[in-house]
Amino acid sequence: MNLLVPILLVATLTGLGLYAVIGRRHAVMVLIGAELLVNAGVLLLVIGDLRVAAATTGTPLLTGQVGALFAITIAAAEIGLALAIVLLLFRARGTSDLRDVDSLGEAVERTEASS
Amino acid sequence: MSGIDWVGAGFALLSGLAGLAAVTSRKVVHAAMWLVVCLGALAGVYLVLGAEVVALVQILVYVGAVVVLVLFALMLTQAPLSRADLDSPRPVRVLAAVIGLAAAGLVGAALTVGQPLTVAGGVEGRARPLGLELFTSWVLGFELVSVLLLAALVAAVAVSRSLDRPDRGR
Repeated sequence: MNLLVPILLVATLTGLGLYAVIGRRHAVMVLIGAELLVNAGVLLLVIGDLRVAAATTGTPLLTGQVGALFAITIAAAEIGLALAIVLLLFRARGTSDLRDVDSLGEAVERTEASS
Repeated sequence: MSGIDWVGAGFALLSGLAGLAAVTSRKVVHAAMWLVVCLGALAGVYLVLGAEVVALVQILVYVGAVVVLVLFALMLTQAPLSRADLDSPRPVRVLAAVIGLAAAGLVGAALTVGQPLTVAGGVEGRARPLGLELFTSWVLGFELVSVLLLAALVAAVAVSRSLDRPDRGR
């Protein structure tokens, strides 16, 4: 079995996820990018399981697949909490635009200007 | 490449293209729909790689739960369906594309150059040994992850309710 195509898919999903996290302003779009990054990692765990098996005994230890299941569960917990925060942000500020959420950034600028 | 490799390549191509459509889509609801296609095709890749339990969990958790959660969040925040001003300015987007391409190239090169790319054998089902492994060696981690998921969901409910109270009192 050839692993080149799945590995290229890992690279593609990483790039796309980074683009969405850096280049988009809508909070939900940033979360979609984070999900793509997590999925790239999960796919890499499954691929790594096959690779380690091929390099050692030949029978998979399945540690990678167990790790993939754990990672998917943790990602589900993360996005549930993150979407609750997006909801809270919208209720508090009336926006989903991350550019409008800069209270902490302004505080840093003020201390730089005063010092 | 054998037949099963071509099936996997088809799923991977679909997943990559749908991911591209998801991150570049101007409407957030369309992005969520493309995310369904992307993650569903990724489940096909898992199936080809002989990880059928991971494929099923992927469909149940991502396609079933996460995307529905995203759609509910969009409905509750009354997100504008199309607003160009929610996009970053062009220099930021170009910079993000350059960073994304560089990261993709780096990851791809680091994982392929000088390493074996073929694995003997292939797609026999491994659900039974995976289940044995999960509930013997990894049973503590399994329980911890369940508690983590419960805590996260309780926290999500608590966080999204906390701002409600003063509004109702007024």
